[in-house]
Amino acid sequence: MSFLKINNLSVDYKMRRETVHAAKNINIEVSKGEILGLVGESGSGKSTVGNAIINLIDEPGKVSNGTIHLGDINIQEDPENIIKYRGKKIGLIFQDPQTSLNPIFTIGEQLIETIQTHLKLDADQAKSKAINLLKEVGIKDAEKRFNNYPHQFSGGMRQRVVISLALCCEPELLIADEPTTALDVSIQSQILELIKKLTRERNLAVILITHDMGVIAETTDRVAVMKNGKLVEIGLTKEILTQPKETYTKSLVSSVPPTNKKISRFIIVEKENQLIKNTNIKILNRWTKKEITKQDLVEVKNLYKSFDDNFFSDDSKNIVMAVNDVSFNIMEGESFGLVGESGSGKSTIAKMIVNLFKPSEGDIYFDKTCITKINDNREMMKFRKQIQMIFQDPYSSLNGRLKVEDIIAEPIKLHNPSIKNIDLKNYIFDLLESVELSANSATRYPHEFSGGQRQRISIARALATQPRLLVCDEPTSALDVSIQAQILNLLKDLQEQLNLTILFISHDLPVVRQMCNKIGVLKNGKLCEISNSEELFENPKHEYTKELLRLMPKIETIYN
Amino acid sequence: MLIVAFVSFSLFNFVGDPINNMVGEETSDEERSQLRESLGLNDPVHIQFSRFIVNASQGEFGISYQLRRPVSELITERLPATIELVLISALIALVSGTLLGVYTGINRKGFLSDAILAISLLGVSLPTFVIGILFIYLFAVILGVLPSFGRGEVVDLGFWSTGFLTITGLKAIILPSVTLSLFQMTYIIRLVRAEMMEILQTDYIKFAKARGLSEKSIYYKHALKNGLIPVITIAGINIGTLIAFSIITETVFQWPGMGFLFIQAVQFVDIPIMSAYLFFIAFVFVMINFIVDILYYFIDPRIRVKAEAASG
Repeated sequence: MSFLKINNLSVDYKMRRETVHAAKNINIEVSKGEILGLVGESGSGKSTVGNAIINLIDEPGKVSNGTIHLGDINIQEDPENIIKYRGKKIGLIFQDPQTSLNPIFTIGEQLIETIQTHLKLDADQAKSKAINLLKEVGIKDAEKRFNNYPHQFSGGMRQRVVISLALCCEPELLIADEPTTALDVSIQSQILELIKKLTRERNLAVILITHDMGVIAETTDRVAVMKNGKLVEIGLTKEILTQPKETYTKSLVSSVPPTNKKISRFIIVEKENQLIKNTNIKILNRWTKKEITKQDLVEVKNLYKSFDDNFFSDDSKNIVMAVNDVSFNIMEGESFGLVGESGSGKSTIAKMIVNLFKPSEGDIYFDKTCITKINDNREMMKFRKQIQMIFQDPYSSLNGRLKVEDIIAEPIKLHNPSIKNIDLKNYIFDLLESVELSANSATRYPHEFSGGQRQRISIARALATQPRLLVCDEPTSALDVSIQAQILNLLKDLQEQLNLTILFISHDLPVVRQMCNKIGVLKNGKLCEISNSEELFENPKHEYTKELLRLMPKIETIYN
Repeated sequence: MLIVAFVSFSLFNFVGDPINNMVGEETSDEERSQLRESLGLNDPVHIQFSRFIVNASQGEFGISYQLRRPVSELITERLPATIELVLISALIALVSGTLLGVYTGINRKGFLSDAILAISLLGVSLPTFVIGILFIYLFAVILGVLPSFGRGEVVDLGFWSTGFLTITGLKAIILPSVTLSLFQMTYIIRLVRAEMMEILQTDYIKFAKARGLSEKSIYYKHALKNGLIPVITIAGINIGTLIAFSIITETVFQWPGMGFLFIQAVQFVDIPIMSAYLFFIAFVFVMINFIVDILYYFIDPRIRVKAEAASG
């Protein structure tokens, strides 16, 4: 007998001009002791369903149709009454533990307030219950940490606090909305384990909303796939992932980078019939193509970077060693991957290579020239032209007040001030075409584009100076899987045809495996292991690499 | 503070010759230079300046040219009136500003919110003296319920003369303090409203809702306490501004406070009073900012922890 029954649920957002159907005729059932995964890309309505259950849909959204039964009670009937169920019967966990706790109250105060709202306990009883809960979710020294403020906890610990808050009044249904998206792999697996354990022990019904197919494969019993507010497919996780019936599910599964093998391209099911098998790169004609020299293009030698926390004191304990004695070489035409968790120093290295940071010690050689010692700006220009960067967040890395053509024209004009207007226009069109954008996008503004398209604009801008080295700092981590697959395909094509050398930085191991020939694993600013990527995945040497590989969510687990 | 001290000191030197203002027409040159010597005006600038600083730090600002009384005495006489006025209007502005701000922040689309915001616009756009005159006309002339000028009867507590203890005193303070607070109040309403609206969108408020906490607790405990942090900063600066604005209000209502004193001093080029006033305002500003910084420590745990880490 299912505990939660969602029947024919529709959620509408009435806008000025049109009504957006964020969810349409959704039917979902969840039993106690079961974890149901809800997957879909951004905008698919998966969070809307979660919020609808607890009646937390923001204006102007409204549940326009359908019923939600919790046990025998129709909780949709009287929306005013939902407040009784929030926290008490239904717990909710949000994506970002950094922002879901009130910064100015101790976690103890927040726990006690929540407990006392729903359960008739006095202050002491509430406190002991809160401390037990903190212990249950794996917080050490619970008595002491009880009086700490949220910012005194790390991301993973905060998510544990959030879970304890969601569970403190013993709800029977837990809705976890992307609970691990903001966390590192190792923490992610801990949190997922915790959710699994609590589900078992407390016989919870759980809805796990995520976009990560690996998480789905490893955690859920059943899965519901959503697209554009509609339920595409629902069934046992194993069946959905191994034998998807719907085209959309197929494409979703195929765009997930496999962790156990390297594939040459991602198969993009939806675009099967279109003729973009291999991008026709017009830009090639303009490209002064470099021969692959089989020589090292980038040499990083004993690189150090420290950030001094306190400007006024030389206190050594305040100094954070972001990069600690890192050396590696990248051959021309190669893709080198740098992986590591947050804070491992991977972005810092990238910024030193593109010369946005100066290293504290050590040198970086580009094409046999030491670029860290150049002080002359004009001299540096020559190298800046050859090294370009693509940033993680396509929303903030493009100036929203410039048209796309101006964004791309800027680097061209900077390095070639004498270029004629007509040449410039053609050049921009060619660039846009090579990143599979239409020519008319040139006159539009960045906000008119989706995340994936913006990242294409970023790539076009980076290519505008005809660089030899492309530094990609988490270029796809803000994107949906299917878009990620397209961008990765594009980068691969471009690299092949233009003989680009790529430094690819990511926390996502499967992606790095697909993209790189060689991989360096970073931990706390130190390089643990460098080896060829297949070698690294098949036969990791360093303990930390083994740990990372063990913990990464694998979509393949479902096949065994 | 030092910079302000220098500016107010230079008032003496650049805004006319003080001797000319002090003495009559028929004083001879000899007498003038004698007076000059006795007042120490012939000493080099830096000696004069350091003497000024030393005196100022002891509360000595010289003798008023116009009233021929020590400035410090005049100020202590007038200070209570201004302090009472500013305190009351700051209180009105803060309390009603915060309450109305929270209300309009929560009920964004209600008729009452729109009305409050519309009226508050008047508070910003009408100059203080116009509002003051309107109030006088309405309450003192037409309705005749409140006095239009002065402080009413005051009770002298020795070091402090207060208007709080008599009914006429209390009545007298209503109009000027409301007038004075109006501008700040609108400011605070809008600030609190914007803060509340922003905070109500945050994840932790959503999460608090999802935990089933009551609306009252969410609005007044979780949201408001976060929203007050920037309000305190602004309010601190604004109390200083209140004192500055009180010049106009005091003039309109003939309030015997420092602002009124200052206006009179300006009219008679009474430099010692002006420089003392300047000094006093600067001192208040510095103190208020200091207090605000301390308040931060109590309100925002993030700052508290940093401070503890730095000292420990």
